[in-house]
Amino acid sequence: MTTKVQVSAAVDGKTGSRDAAASGASPVVALVAGWLVPGAGHLLLGKWVRAALLLVSIVGMFAIGVALQGKVYTPNTGEPLDMLGFAGDLGSGVLYGLARLLGWGQAPVLVAVADYGTKFIVVAGLLNIVAAVDAHSLASGRKRP
Amino acid sequence: MTISHFSAVLLFSLFTSIVFGITQRAEPKKMVRFGALCFALFVGGTIAASWAMWLIKH
Repeated sequence: MTTKVQVSAAVDGKTGSRDAAASGASPVVALVAGWLVPGAGHLLLGKWVRAALLLVSIVGMFAIGVALQGKVYTPNTGEPLDMLGFAGDLGSGVLYGLARLLGWGQAPVLVAVADYGTKFIVVAGLLNIVAAVDAHSLASGRKRP
Repeated sequence: MTISHFSAVLLFSLFTSIVFGITQRAEPKKMVRFGALCFALFVGGTIAASWAMWLIKH
């Protein structure tokens, strides 16, 4: 048996998928693009204002964290908290790769403000994951555009 | 680069609230309202926690 609400949701889902198809981005592409480059998932879906705000917010947060001499976590340290920090940092996509490549965030954290920087970097990664999942939801029609 | 603790709170709250507003609401007007609410709660909560810690210490 199908209720009116279920029919309405199914119609909305189809409409969302149609919009995503019209923009030329599949949900998986939007998710991966959004993870690699902050805001890129929304940009592929034609949401350029949201994409710009996400880019500025996430890159700004990451850059401030690095400027405050926050720590960029590396894998295989054996410490559980370091592993969680690494998972959070990895959410930044290419920003994390760039930081590792250029050797940012490798100095020891000695002052409280640098510890804030570490948190800025981790939270930037986590927010980027949230943004990438939002792009996936928009592309799949789960979230109304 | 060095910033004050309060500046760090404001920057953290601003960026986080923008992302929360965009991702947790579907309509632009609701995004702005939810982002503003998050910002106020982040900053207000931090100030309240700061005063609570000051009172515990004294």
